[in-house]
Amino acid sequence: MIELTDVTKRYGSTVAVDHLSFEVREGEVTGFLGPNGAGKSTTMRMIVGLDAPTSGQVTIDGHDYRDLRFPLRHVGALLEARAVHPGRTARNHLLWLADSNGIDRRRVDQVLDLVGLTEVAHRRSGGFSLGMGQRLGIATALLGDPATLLLDEPVNGLDPEGIQWIRTLLRSLAAEGRSILVSSHLMSEMALTADRLIVVGRGRVIAEGTVDDVVRSSSTGHVRVAAAQPTALSALLRDRDAQVASEPDGALTVTGIDARDIGIAAAAAGLTLYELSPGSAPLEEAFMELTRDAAEYHAGAITTQGAAA
Amino acid sequence: MTATQITPTADTATTRPPTPTDARVFRAAARAEWTKMRTVRSTMWTLLAAVGLSIGFGALVSVTQVNSWDQLDPAERLRFDPTSFSLSGLFLAQMAIGVLGVLLISSEYATGQIRATLGATPQRRTVLAAKLATFGSVVLAVGLITSFSAFGIGQAIFSAKGIGASLGDPGVLRAVTGGALYLAAVGALGLGLGTIIRRTAGAIAALVGVLLIIPLVASFLPASWNQNVTKWFPAQAGMSVFRVAPDATSLSPWTGFTVLVAYATLSLVVGGFLLVRRDA
Repeated sequence: MIELTDVTKRYGSTVAVDHLSFEVREGEVTGFLGPNGAGKSTTMRMIVGLDAPTSGQVTIDGHDYRDLRFPLRHVGALLEARAVHPGRTARNHLLWLADSNGIDRRRVDQVLDLVGLTEVAHRRSGGFSLGMGQRLGIATALLGDPATLLLDEPVNGLDPEGIQWIRTLLRSLAAEGRSILVSSHLMSEMALTADRLIVVGRGRVIAEGTVDDVVRSSSTGHVRVAAAQPTALSALLRDRDAQVASEPDGALTVTGIDARDIGIAAAAAGLTLYELSPGSAPLEEAFMELTRDAAEYHAGAITTQGAAA
Repeated sequence: MTATQITPTADTATTRPPTPTDARVFRAAARAEWTKMRTVRSTMWTLLAAVGLSIGFGALVSVTQVNSWDQLDPAERLRFDPTSFSLSGLFLAQMAIGVLGVLLISSEYATGQIRATLGATPQRRTVLAAKLATFGSVVLAVGLITSFSAFGIGQAIFSAKGIGASLGDPGVLRAVTGGALYLAAVGALGLGLGTIIRRTAGAIAALVGVLLIIPLVASFLPASWNQNVTKWFPAQAGMSVFRVAPDATSLSPWTGFTVLVAYATLSLVVGGFLLVRRDA
């Protein structure tokens, strides 16, 4: 169980994390989602005691990480940046980590096997591909058989088979009762692996809940309406500040007003409706909508030089 | 949330041993440092180079000195220090050991491994202490081998003229053992500077500056300065521990060594303070 209470982290005048509060519950995969620069990595670094929060509190099972002795037995972390000396073999890297936390050295071969690195265990990690590096990072995280796992962008650099493997691994680790926090900037990935989502932007929580909750809370939910008098209906809905688009089959796609209010408005105006179906935006759209104002960088609108002249 | 107990949730977690003691955390950290040290090739090569250079250079100096013996006047013969000559290779070895001390931590910052280290042992002062203990022991062992070998070879060369020292002579055993202690202290100073500065290049520059450049610059100062100030510099103070013939411009052996240890301790205390305060 990881708990963040009103955590803020400033680097000089930059606020990386801004009064962030959330918890990661046991037996669940919690997806930590946000655009680049949203403060995900900083938050993870604070959870494992590498960076100290400017204010607020981060605890693991009620303890400050820096008070944990042999923390690898409680929390396993795969952080975004590499933390391996390139001149040391994968196996030796895991060996010193095992030593540092009083973990049986036999566990090293177990985790190497688990992540599929047994064959390259005696090769120096400097020559590893991105995917192999990720697998070594995951082996590191699993070394102490921890009840809590933090994985920052674990699918980065993995091939489709590796991505599938991570998904299965996460599900089975959660099924064993562990708390897992996985960050990603890919919404689609989270839809497949996470039980709950925490969406952040500019260091703040924008949305939190189940995947369905998050999609519903975004304002991109749209309603498909088929009416006997579509022109009259669109005028009516536009008067209520809704956006209306016509579909090729004559139906309307309406956003900015929910199905219930469309029904009431239509009835009041005496318009006949054939169809009124709320549809949710795909997760990716919901994410874009939620984080649009919070993204650190936007692609500028492409303008044609000289068009204004 | 008032529960403060660490609640093991995974099946495997229920058999966890009780909270380890400070001593156990330290021993584990030291064992990890030992594993780290012997699993990167450069460490062993550097140590081997230090041993080889020291013994070789000591022998070279001994040969030159033994050849000059016949031209020395009686006063010069009185100050002739065969022990110190045979150990002159330590002057070279100190750079290798000091740089190794710097790299012990600066290379962790360079590769990002420091995040793994401090993540595994968040008791950061314990990490620094474990590095010091492990590296210090290795350097002491290597230093003793180097020092005694260099002494033995040097005295074999001096014995040709019957002017060699023996370990039973006054101050000689202290000087030969002191050579190893000197290396360990310089290694500790390197570790301290590496912890403060974090960047390899900067920390090595600082080390070379403190050990070699500042005394060199000071030698351009007036003689009174030179005598009163230079002897307090880390290298000059520390080197008095492996000199047998008394030297008016140096501190006494143990005072000098204590001064060097004080510099090393200061660098480690400041380094430890910064290590705890800074984000990794």
